[in-house]
Amino acid sequence: MTALAQGVDWLTVGPAVLTAVTALAVLVADLWLPRRAAVVLTTIAVAGALTALVVVGVLWGDARRTFCIAGSPGALESCSYVVNQITLVFQAVVLVGTIVVLLLAHRDEVSGPNPLPPGETGFLILASATGALVLAAGRDLATIVVALEVVSLPAFALVGLRRRDARGAEAALTFFLVSVVSVAVMLYGISLVYGATGSLHLDRIATVLADPASRTSVATAGVVLTLVGLAFKVGAVPFHFWVPDTYAGAPVVVAAFLSVVSKAAGIVGLVIVVGEGFPAYADVWGPAIAVVSVATMTLGNVAALRQRRAVRLLAWSSVAQSGYMLAPLGVASSGVAGARFGAALSAVVAYVCVYAVVNLAAFGVVVVVTRSRPAGLIEDYRGLAYSEPASAAALAFGLLALAGLPPGVAGLWAKVVVIDSAVSGGAVWLAVAVAVNTVIALAYYLRWTALLFASRSAGQEAVSYDVPASSGLAVGIALAAGVAFSVLPQLVLGLADVSAGLLG
Amino acid sequence: MVVNGQVLLHVALGVPLVVCIGLAVMPRRTGDRLAPWAGVAASAVTLLALLGAAVLAGRDRGGHFRLVTDAAWAPALDLRWHLGVDGISLPFAVLTALLVFCCSLYTLRVRPEAGRLRAFVAIVLLLEVGMVGTFLALNLLLFFLFFEIVLVPMWFLIAWWGDPHDQPGRTTAATTFILYTLLGSALMLVGFLVVHAQTGTFDMVELAARGGEGISRGAQLVAALAIVGGLAVKVPVWPLHSWLPDAHAKAPTVGSVLLAGVLLKMGSYGLVRVAVPVVPDGVARLAPVLGGLAVVGIVYGALACLGQRDLKRLVAFSSVGHMGFVVLGVATLTPAGLNGSVFAGLAHGVITGLLFFLAGAIKDRHGTSDFDELGGGLYVRLPRLGALLTFAAIASLGLPGLAGFWGEFLALIGSFEPAELLRRPYFLVLLAIALVGLVLTAWYLLAVVRRVCQGEDTIGPRLAVLGDVTPHEVACWGPLVALTLLLGLWPGLVLTVVNPAVQALLAGASL
Repeated sequence: MTALAQGVDWLTVGPAVLTAVTALAVLVADLWLPRRAAVVLTTIAVAGALTALVVVGVLWGDARRTFCIAGSPGALESCSYVVNQITLVFQAVVLVGTIVVLLLAHRDEVSGPNPLPPGETGFLILASATGALVLAAGRDLATIVVALEVVSLPAFALVGLRRRDARGAEAALTFFLVSVVSVAVMLYGISLVYGATGSLHLDRIATVLADPASRTSVATAGVVLTLVGLAFKVGAVPFHFWVPDTYAGAPVVVAAFLSVVSKAAGIVGLVIVVGEGFPAYADVWGPAIAVVSVATMTLGNVAALRQRRAVRLLAWSSVAQSGYMLAPLGVASSGVAGARFGAALSAVVAYVCVYAVVNLAAFGVVVVVTRSRPAGLIEDYRGLAYSEPASAAALAFGLLALAGLPPGVAGLWAKVVVIDSAVSGGAVWLAVAVAVNTVIALAYYLRWTALLFASRSAGQEAVSYDVPASSGLAVGIALAAGVAFSVLPQLVLGLADVSAGLLG
Repeated sequence: MVVNGQVLLHVALGVPLVVCIGLAVMPRRTGDRLAPWAGVAASAVTLLALLGAAVLAGRDRGGHFRLVTDAAWAPALDLRWHLGVDGISLPFAVLTALLVFCCSLYTLRVRPEAGRLRAFVAIVLLLEVGMVGTFLALNLLLFFLFFEIVLVPMWFLIAWWGDPHDQPGRTTAATTFILYTLLGSALMLVGFLVVHAQTGTFDMVELAARGGEGISRGAQLVAALAIVGGLAVKVPVWPLHSWLPDAHAKAPTVGSVLLAGVLLKMGSYGLVRVAVPVVPDGVARLAPVLGGLAVVGIVYGALACLGQRDLKRLVAFSSVGHMGFVVLGVATLTPAGLNGSVFAGLAHGVITGLLFFLAGAIKDRHGTSDFDELGGGLYVRLPRLGALLTFAAIASLGLPGLAGFWGEFLALIGSFEPAELLRRPYFLVLLAIALVGLVLTAWYLLAVVRRVCQGEDTIGPRLAVLGDVTPHEVACWGPLVALTLLLGLWPGLVLTVVNPAVQALLAGASL
């Protein structure tokens, strides 16, 4: 141990630090500013997240590492915080998602019957995003668990943020309890892995596990249990049951945040842990993830078929979408051959990027509509195209892209990428499962889309509202990104060309 | 002035798309007023562009792709903007443009009952982009994209403007249609990706030239199962046809014409263009099954037609039988069979398009297309409409001298002498069954003529019957009548274009 107090590469940790500082700044500013100063707070929060996004842009294409410790003589040093292409893509997704959610939340902070407290909302969203940013760069299990908790803890508070809202409080409690249990299981798994390998750094764990002689049931159990905590965060079956209740009980804008930022964090954590730490055990977690993936997409889609409330439908749909995201990881069973796992990883990255923007577009419109129709029934969207054509167009695009059909072409490419990774991994059954699931999913996405253009039934009032500039901008950003990914899929497919090596 | 051929293909795709988007963003009043004429103009431009392309490319007798554009789109996906035409795709593309033009012209006067003219025209134009694009695409992913573009617009066409008397029924029909066909195309995509995993390319020209080389036998079978199975839903091959009768019967006239005329052809075109040349070995192993299902479909379609009590449903079911001949031609894997498949597909597009126009006109005039309610005596009541219906029915049953004859005749020749690797006795049995189907087809079509056209006018005063065929209808249907005669009397016009491409295709597949 040469130096315990080591130099920190501040640029590398820049996005996370900036976001954390902004979070604190919002909280402090809220104390000094008069009430009704939500505009200032939102501006600070968005500006901070934008600056962090600029730093991500500066780092783009770089591979940097910090918080390193020297290994045994001759071995490479191990680092806790590594920034490479995968990290940067996910950080960009997290930051864009955060900006969109902050903008969407603005109106709910300034008006409505039960407004969100502006300072706390901004602070909690940014704090949770900080956790997601760190998670994308974490390379040791301690950092990853802490980051995961930093994502989750503010999220509990966000879900129950509306004062005097019993449903929100109950949703927060469900979310909290399930989360705590899953993290406890994950910590138990990590302790087993630590016991078996003597390290928390993923690269060292990988080195030890790669030795066939070290293969023990303790290590295997540790690997599986470690993944449980991440599966919870992603909302994969059988750890999905908190999703619909939590989304439905939370303020809609918080549900949007959970379905994009929080989920992206879970996915990137999973990718890093299995890819960097447990490649030698791909024969254990590969088939497990494949089975979980199919179960997740099927259950999510079948359950979504019966939903009559917009947010519940999107909640089940987001469970199903998690299944698609996991599918490429499911084919990495026969040892992680570099190129193939790289291709699977590219598929996951591309899918998450597309999902994030189109899901935000759909959720954004739901946030706006729910303000004037608090019941949130899908039936409330009947004829939206005639009273609010722009909202209806954005929602229709988002839903059809989630379904993967033109005109939502971005979603079509995303589905192609996922099915392709399954087929080229030799798992035609998995590809067929995804294909069949897209058919099931189309039934509910299409029903809702059709309702937007249906004529209103007699006696039904037109849904009509003023779209505040902040919300319009938020949906516009998501929609523009979705259209861009449709026309130029290379933008998102070429993002993470990691076929050369796993995590740089 | 030298016209750059590639530009013509882009005009054919771009103009309908631009007009469609333009209509969508236009204020509703202006849009509703402009829409019918915008539709006619856009589809006329597309038709002219594709006719121009036909003049430029149709002279090629070497079976090559002409007017080729090949540009990278998304290298990471191996997706390329790769368009071109040959003797097989060109006639289908022109047929599509012609039918859309006829439909647009028809919409000028015969407005959809449900209104929303702007959306109606925009949707038809979006359909045209998808349909024409499918026939022009030379990259498997691009083909898939165009294939999928038609689904959502067709859903809306059926669910909104379909049978005004049966609101829940038309929604169910539309949803059944889209879910079935999406299942088919998703399976087809899996097949494409299996091919890509083995060969590393989506380039249809290159894959056809390789003739399945580089794809293992097992993978060929898996890919062929997925591709043929997926396309079989679209065609549709018995027993995957169950989405078809309702979708056709509930759709508005324009929707039925395009469904029967073009959408089904996208399936049979895919069999010829993709399945046979790309995975020939796999298709050859599936061919006996495919041929068997095709003749079952021929007989089943005819028997089902005999039991129909509704004119529109009868025309819909007749498609199952006719597409059976189209598939049988492919299954023989011979030049005659493939030529017959392409020709029968084109003829079916023209004749069934005409039949659906006529069925729609009868339904609009009588408020019903049920045989019992229609009664007989159309000759007495509306002599010109009755004559046209008789003409179309006779063309459909395959009378020599009309378009329906040659394709089915060639398909039968193909199964008389199937490709060498297929068992001839088996295909002779198929031939015999198909002939039975042909007789049954003649029977039910003549029965239609007898029931609807001949006999006494029993309709009485209870149904409002408008006048006979209008000049406007003559303008819309005239091209189809003329083409039925032209293709019947001069099949060489099309076959000399199709045959070189078929020969080249089979040579590449080394079958």
